[in-house]
Amino acid sequence: MNRSAAATPAFDKQGDLGDAARVDAAMRSFVREFGVTAALHMESCVRCGMCAEACHFHIVTGEAKYTPIYKLELFRRAYFREASPFAPLVRALGLVKKPSIADLERWQELIYDACTMCGRCTMVCPMGIDIAELVKEARHGMFKAGLIPERLALMDRTARQWGSPATPAEDLPDILAEVSAQHGVPIPCDLPRADVLVTAAPAELGDHTKALAAAAKILNRAGVSWTMHQGGFDASNIGFNNGDLQLQERLTRALVDTAVKVGAKTVLLPECGHAYGAARWEAGKWYGQAVPVRIVHMTEYLDELLASGRIRVKRIGDTATFHDPCQIVRRGGLESAARRVLAALGFDLIELKDHGLGGFCCGGGGGVVSNVRATPLRHKVFAMKRAQVEATGAKRFVTSCGQCRITLEQGAKHAHWDKHPESLLELVADNLEE
Amino acid sequence: MELLDFARGPALQAGFAVFVAGVLWRLLGVLLLPRMRELSPAREGAPTPLRGAVRTVVRRMWPRPEFVATTLFPTINSYVFHLGLAIVVFGLTPHILVIRDLTGLGWPGLPSDVVYMAGVITLVSLIGALVRRLTSPVLRLLSHAGDYVSWLMTFLPVLTGLMTTADLGARYETLLALHILSIAAFLIWFPFGKLMHAFLFAFSRGATGMRFSHRGVSV
Repeated sequence: MNRSAAATPAFDKQGDLGDAARVDAAMRSFVREFGVTAALHMESCVRCGMCAEACHFHIVTGEAKYTPIYKLELFRRAYFREASPFAPLVRALGLVKKPSIADLERWQELIYDACTMCGRCTMVCPMGIDIAELVKEARHGMFKAGLIPERLALMDRTARQWGSPATPAEDLPDILAEVSAQHGVPIPCDLPRADVLVTAAPAELGDHTKALAAAAKILNRAGVSWTMHQGGFDASNIGFNNGDLQLQERLTRALVDTAVKVGAKTVLLPECGHAYGAARWEAGKWYGQAVPVRIVHMTEYLDELLASGRIRVKRIGDTATFHDPCQIVRRGGLESAARRVLAALGFDLIELKDHGLGGFCCGGGGGVVSNVRATPLRHKVFAMKRAQVEATGAKRFVTSCGQCRITLEQGAKHAHWDKHPESLLELVADNLEE
Repeated sequence: MELLDFARGPALQAGFAVFVAGVLWRLLGVLLLPRMRELSPAREGAPTPLRGAVRTVVRRMWPRPEFVATTLFPTINSYVFHLGLAIVVFGLTPHILVIRDLTGLGWPGLPSDVVYMAGVITLVSLIGALVRRLTSPVLRLLSHAGDYVSWLMTFLPVLTGLMTTADLGARYETLLALHILSIAAFLIWFPFGKLMHAFLFAFSRGATGMRFSHRGVSV
């Protein structure tokens, strides 16, 4: 953690708040997070250090500072000083130091660059502390303090203006028309009525347009009444990753309200992990009641279409291994859905050494893939994933999250690795039975 | 007043009073905080929240297979000193007599040699835990002064208990007084440090169990 005076600081600042105001903003936000679950989790840590053994960043670097619970040290201090049952005593006796601006700046790296909120640490903690959720809550305070990586802040500003970090809403019809022409598949846009509102991840509006076309091909084949819509089209929810609650709410409402407007019963989320976390489990937060539409991930939708016989696929017959996206599997509960789709495709699945709920993150979740500052760290994680993939000897390498795919593609490119992660969605689309 | 009278009387009474009041204060102070209602629809087939909570409380008794190798020493060592403490506290006949005086509940004691052996193993295990805390870079970084106080407050009653049983180092009355005083100190410290995990672990695991069973994840 000690840096020489000449080293580049691993933190960025946004806005023109003074140091004291930043600390106050962070502390006020931290304290607001302490409901009963967060407080129980703050109270029950016994500092056993087992979470270090679960974190890919700690495993690949061996650096103690990447121990997951240590990433919450400032959050912990805020809790014990301001919100714990003994807070007055703690303050009066000066038992816990108030975080300083220098502390917050230093911790930016630990909270944003070195945590993908993958929740593997949550699985090992003997006290059951959901560390990943607490990091997400700590990010709310960092955002309020204007202390997030600049690359993420730039995406945040763009999404606030455009409704997506990828493209302004008014460009959506043109993009969809282009993808439609390129892949020869109709993609409905802005229909006044539809049963399913289909959403995209930012990459699908740029580099991964094939995924968008794949979704269109499958939905058209299944005879689904669907549309994409300028009112709500990007489900990736950069606010969820950055800690920008206001943006998270706006982006979530855009999806749900647009679905209601067009009479859709279902919001179909793209192959994106954090989209699933933000919309499936957190949308109700903003409505104060059950959300009036069903929110499903692409993987479970494919599983349902296959199970109901609305689509059928050809059997590929190769060996394959599968990377479990953390937000969809470990934190989302869709472990078996992806495997049923793989089985339908006739793959002989060879599991990674660590898979399913215990699988390792791609290294790019939680916005880390967009945070260029974290690239060297991410590549170290990739090397571990690569070794596990190679150990399976499987011919194909499949996943069901576009962000994981980008992270793994970047890692493969950097390491000159010839294996490329494939999209489960695209495999289904490419192998549809007539 | 003799030291032993003080230890048996005001010291132990103060210890129990702080223990009970402190534990209640800390538990209620946390459990009465607002709880956000779960508004997302549960995964089809998800268990009830209570069942999900209980399952996780039980599951976390042992690490998942992928973590067993890397967490083997702290896991086994924790079991050793937790079980050792349980045997010593609830198995030694004089302890059972004290508990019977306080609560009216009693049970047959274990042979004193067995308890003595459990005490020695517990002591060694606690020293192992301390060595790990002092030598592991991760634990050194994580540890606060309170963690060392918690260790000491657990270690001293075991040490003085063994010394009292073995009649080692001073006359019996003095050793017994020191043993009781160390228990009083343990009770006074208990609500303020991490020893509270003895109560909190079930709630903490349970909260995560509720969150994830709702999503169809077995944690």
